[in-house]
Amino acid sequence: MLRLFPAFTLILMIGPVCAGLIGTILPAFGYLPALGGDVISIDPWRDLINQPGLGISIRLSLINGLIATLISFLVVILFCAAWQGTRIFGVMQRMLSPILSVPHAAAAFGLAFLIAPTGWIVRAVAPLAGWERPPDIVSLQDPLGIALIAGLVAKEIPFLLLMTLAALPQADADRTRQVALTLGYGRVVGWLKAVLPRVYPQIRLPILAVLAYSTSVVDVAMILGPTTPAPMAVRILGWLSDPDLSRRFLASAGAMLQFVLVMIAMAIWWGGEKLVAWWGCAWAEGGMRGLRDDIVRSFAAGAAVLSAAAVFLGLASLLVWSFAGYWSFPEFLPRSFSLRLWMREYDMLGATLWITLLIAVLSVGVAITLVLGCLENETRRFQKSGQGAILLIYLPLLMPQISFMFGLQVFFTGIGLERTLISVVIVHLIFVLPYIFLSLADPFRALDPRYLQTALCLGASPARVFWLVRLPLLACAVLTAFAVGIAVSVGQYLPTLLIGAGRFATVTTEAVALASGGDRRMIGIYGLLQMILPFAGFALALLIPAVLFRHRRGMGNRNRI
Amino acid sequence: MNSTSASNNTPVTGLELRRVSIRLNGRVLVDIDTIITPGEIVTLMGPSGSGKSSLLAYICGTLPVGGTAGFEVSGQVVLNGRRLDGLAPQDRHVGILFQDDLLFPHLSVGGNLAFALPSSVRGRLERRTRVNEALESAGLGGFTDRDPATLSGGQRARVALMRVLLSEPGALLLDEPFSKLDTQLRDQIRTFVFEQARLRGLPTLMVTHDPDDGAAASGRIVNPV
Repeated sequence: MLRLFPAFTLILMIGPVCAGLIGTILPAFGYLPALGGDVISIDPWRDLINQPGLGISIRLSLINGLIATLISFLVVILFCAAWQGTRIFGVMQRMLSPILSVPHAAAAFGLAFLIAPTGWIVRAVAPLAGWERPPDIVSLQDPLGIALIAGLVAKEIPFLLLMTLAALPQADADRTRQVALTLGYGRVVGWLKAVLPRVYPQIRLPILAVLAYSTSVVDVAMILGPTTPAPMAVRILGWLSDPDLSRRFLASAGAMLQFVLVMIAMAIWWGGEKLVAWWGCAWAEGGMRGLRDDIVRSFAAGAAVLSAAAVFLGLASLLVWSFAGYWSFPEFLPRSFSLRLWMREYDMLGATLWITLLIAVLSVGVAITLVLGCLENETRRFQKSGQGAILLIYLPLLMPQISFMFGLQVFFTGIGLERTLISVVIVHLIFVLPYIFLSLADPFRALDPRYLQTALCLGASPARVFWLVRLPLLACAVLTAFAVGIAVSVGQYLPTLLIGAGRFATVTTEAVALASGGDRRMIGIYGLLQMILPFAGFALALLIPAVLFRHRRGMGNRNRI
Repeated sequence: MNSTSASNNTPVTGLELRRVSIRLNGRVLVDIDTIITPGEIVTLMGPSGSGKSSLLAYICGTLPVGGTAGFEVSGQVVLNGRRLDGLAPQDRHVGILFQDDLLFPHLSVGGNLAFALPSSVRGRLERRTRVNEALESAGLGGFTDRDPATLSGGQRARVALMRVLLSEPGALLLDEPFSKLDTQLRDQIRTFVFEQARLRGLPTLMVTHDPDDGAAASGRIVNPV
């Protein structure tokens, strides 16, 4: 039974991706009998090329994706280089970690509320500048997509930072850094020359995941990105939602183009990586010590703090707006606060939260069961999964969602599962599984094997050892993985929207649907709702072990991520 | 060293290692052929990192054999006339103590002991009584509900021993069990462990690099190869 887990998990993770890709490629070449397309043709591509502003959409996706990834990467690397091993580093780590659980859409709304011409930043400056009316600036949905880049960067920095933190011990970063220091190198230069080359290979996949995401993002782009024309992925969603069903062919060709764009972005990144590596070797051997790095260090800390502050202040402005009564420009706070909207929406909110929670708990429950099964199987057979398995685990995160979501929709329709809870849970599972695996694998493998040997030799069966020894010892890690999974599931926009086909209104689909309307109080409410479940998840992950093991000092900080 | 080839047909009490040989990547780590009689303490002496512990793991059934882990093993392990090779670790009734006590941090002291107590001991009251008796015999009466993390090193070592003994093993394996204790405590715990092993007539195999351990055991000292 246990030995079937790896295969089953892979099928659940890779199967839908493949089915979805095939189901998108065929319509892209005109083949989709259900919609009358039974001849292979390149008409959808001709149609796609003739779309107005296609070049701009392509540029927005490709360039903005690359720039957002590059900025996030540079900030994280500079920050680690400048501050690793200091107290500030620990403080920032604790500040940035919670942001990981904030859904992208909520963070994007918060940022929008901050930087809009009527947002908090302008309101704070207004009395000094003497503005009576909102200034005539385009700070949101600007044609170059700068707001979009900012939104992506603010969310990706915490992710990349945590991934880098996990890689540091394996790269022996602390001692390497100290060796560089004793050789007379400045903090930053020493880190870049000695530690980065060892850390980078381990964070390459997370970086590529960020790149794929940034190049093909839909929800953040709908909130912060330009609209005429919009980035590629947003336009594809528009074609997919068009009442004219024949546009599905156009959308499929677009989805394939999006796939190619992500591949191109990765190729460009890979090329850049090779160039930097080649130049970096010469730089490292050049012996330049870089002792005066105060400015770089301040800049790195400033950038990290700014990105965290943007998210937190944004969330605060969601909160204020959700309770705001009358609030005119340029007042810094509303004149009155009111519960009116919260009460009006109360019944709807409960139902939406319930559906969101149901989907999240089901997909995360299945994911944790599968991952624990795979890991337990691995230990009982004395096997360790290799590099190939890691790549497969990352595969769903390296694919643009929109490139296989339509095909997957077609596939589910084909097997009679369209618009069902099962299909929505399966599609969430695809994205939840990798994160659960990434957060559970290390603590699971790090558990002292002698605990388990001892338990076995005391006469306990392997099943008993798993339930009574391994699982309690991993309680913190499992609960943290659970919370991570909940956050990932709650944040899913595109899969819920397309596979649920409108039947499953989650806090995230509801919130993003409000984006075009511009009702700030409602956006405030739904933006906050998006955060309730992830925060509750993490709170429980801290509380449950604390209560359960309150008389067990040896369980403190065990396997905490 | 005793030859066991003649004793193949008559059941022998004790722990028999029949030409047990463990290799890793072609290098012979352990090559041993001996019988440990009930109550006898045999010391396997060798420098750390020489693979002595893999012999204990092999006797327990927790050594990764073949595959990518790469240990190659030949020979037989027989406990009181019963062949252990191929049995699952939990069916072998071989107890092991490591240099760390490895008390389960999520269970109370009593919970750790009850985990080891065979399920054939039935009834809450009976099980609790057995646990309390074991603790009292180790000079730890009244410790049942304590958190293991609040115990001293010596107390934890004694709980770990009682835990193994409660699982009613047929043989006892000691993997450098005293090396993490400070000198004063070491003598005391060592004496306690050896006493208990002899008292219960357990064939005991101790792996160590500390000559004092071997001397204290005052039994046979053998080399891994």
